[in-house]
Amino acid sequence: LSRWIAHGGLASVLLALPAILVFGFFSWWPILRGVIMAWQKTNLVQAPTWVGWSNFEYVLGNPLLGQAVLNTLQFVVLSLVIGFPVPIVLAILISEARRGKAFLSALAYLPVVVPPVVAILLWKVFYDPSATGLLNAMLAPFGIGPFPWLNSTAMAMPSLVIQATWAAAGSTVIIYLAAITGVSPELYEAAELDGAGLWGKVWHVALPQLRGVILVVLLLQIIGATQVFAEPFLFTGGGPNNATLTVLLLIYNYAFVYGDYGAASALSALLAAALAVFSMAYFLLTRRASR
Amino acid sequence: MSHLSTRALRARRTTPDDGRQRGIISDLERRRPVTRVILICVQGAVLIGLILSGLMPLLWLARAAVAPSQDILSDPLGLFMNPTFQWENLAEAWTRARIGDVLGNTAIVALGTTAATLVVSFSCAYVLSVLRPRWAPALNVGIMVTLFIPGVISLVPLYLTVVKLPILGVSLINNYAATWLPAAANAFIILIVKRFFDAVPRDLVEAARIDGAGPVRILVSVYLPLSAPIAGVVALLTVVASWKDFLWPLLVLPSPSRQPISVALAKLDGNTALNVQLAAMFLALLVPVLLFMVFQRQFLQGAGMAGAVKG
Repeated sequence: LSRWIAHGGLASVLLALPAILVFGFFSWWPILRGVIMAWQKTNLVQAPTWVGWSNFEYVLGNPLLGQAVLNTLQFVVLSLVIGFPVPIVLAILISEARRGKAFLSALAYLPVVVPPVVAILLWKVFYDPSATGLLNAMLAPFGIGPFPWLNSTAMAMPSLVIQATWAAAGSTVIIYLAAITGVSPELYEAAELDGAGLWGKVWHVALPQLRGVILVVLLLQIIGATQVFAEPFLFTGGGPNNATLTVLLLIYNYAFVYGDYGAASALSALLAAALAVFSMAYFLLTRRASR
Repeated sequence: MSHLSTRALRARRTTPDDGRQRGIISDLERRRPVTRVILICVQGAVLIGLILSGLMPLLWLARAAVAPSQDILSDPLGLFMNPTFQWENLAEAWTRARIGDVLGNTAIVALGTTAATLVVSFSCAYVLSVLRPRWAPALNVGIMVTLFIPGVISLVPLYLTVVKLPILGVSLINNYAATWLPAAANAFIILIVKRFFDAVPRDLVEAARIDGAGPVRILVSVYLPLSAPIAGVVALLTVVASWKDFLWPLLVLPSPSRQPISVALAKLDGNTALNVQLAAMFLALLVPVLLFMVFQRQFLQGAGMAGAVKG
């Protein structure tokens, strides 16, 4: 034992202890407990009891679940349609600027440091449905609108997506920008010798070189967008007429409005299982990249 | 030795800052007049677009924070031409809406989270990168696997864990530690600190060891002095992330006297005069935006690192 201490064994254990404690209490145990609780009835007073699949049956029998799943899918698809191409294009354009690259990157990143609650409440003011609302007033000269924005079942979700994209695009731009800088200039030169024009260099050199990063960002966008919470919670509370009710909002309501922790855990487990495919792909991709 | 640390930080793909390397467009192409005109037009459009979308909403908030409510509602676009300034909005938000107290709470949350994250990530990264005991791979896998597990699975059980800590049996509800400690269990931060430590030359460690320094001495006298840049990036990422956090403090700090800014703002929505609410939002925005303006380079470095890890 004294030899073990002399060789730094004790020091390793003591130095790893803070990480082991915080991960044990606040990461590993909750993850495990989340899986366990899906099969239990838990309240804060009595000891939990095993209830088999009844939490899952209860959750799957909720008539609102189908709508929540569709809404979440709509949010994910719309945020990919808007939020996926914009950062790639922006990053390529910024990377070709000779001057002011740092300034342009900073401008693009600025919305990322805005606290989401501030951003959402600010956009709520922008989305004022009256003719004098900021966005409606901006669109009026072009003869468009006025739009009801968050008040209409059709437009509420796209409105959420626009704000969410505004808030998140900057960090993706910086990731792509960093990756573009890593592309070796010889590749462009070689393409030029083969007679490639500007478009050819973007399409056949830059984008294929970015493929790995693009794929990983895409996966992370899917995983993140599926777990959207603050936007529907603060913009609309799930309305109007449940048009922005997402799966995470349902989980929140189960747990923190109705106190049904078993049902909340069962739905969380289902959502995590649905995301497992994307998580696995993300894991395999990053492992291959780091090898 | 500072060149070592900067090199380690720049190890992979960070923000470009020089015009030496060519990009997609070659110098030859740049000299063609047509390309030049198009390039200037496109870049002008990018600049204007970014100013309109990134900067203008925040400038509008700054202006609306000191405007009368009626003007904000009736002519939001005309605010910039509006001669009326209501500076008392800010004072009212600070005292009546208690934004002063609330910002104090936010600072406690952010600084405590940063301290906890720095202690956990530096000690753990040192064990994983330098000491490497026989059980290090297992610990490494245990930590990294949390990167790939969707956060939703642990939201509810994490809340219940904080309500009554296992083994200890105490409740952390309304205790700031409930925001500090869970945030410190951050695999991404440990990963970037570990990569930074990996890039420090082994010779330094061997030299210190020959001089008779133990593991703790080596951490304190070799690694920590080199670590200022990475500690800065970690601190900035953590402060801003905890300043932005909403759902978790909403759950674990229910007492109004403990609430941080995001939670307090959400509670203001709908029961406060619009201009006071906007003034409160403006005050909430100041700290993160000022931090970003001062430490731009570190922020973008941190964001680029996220890409290096993700790619």
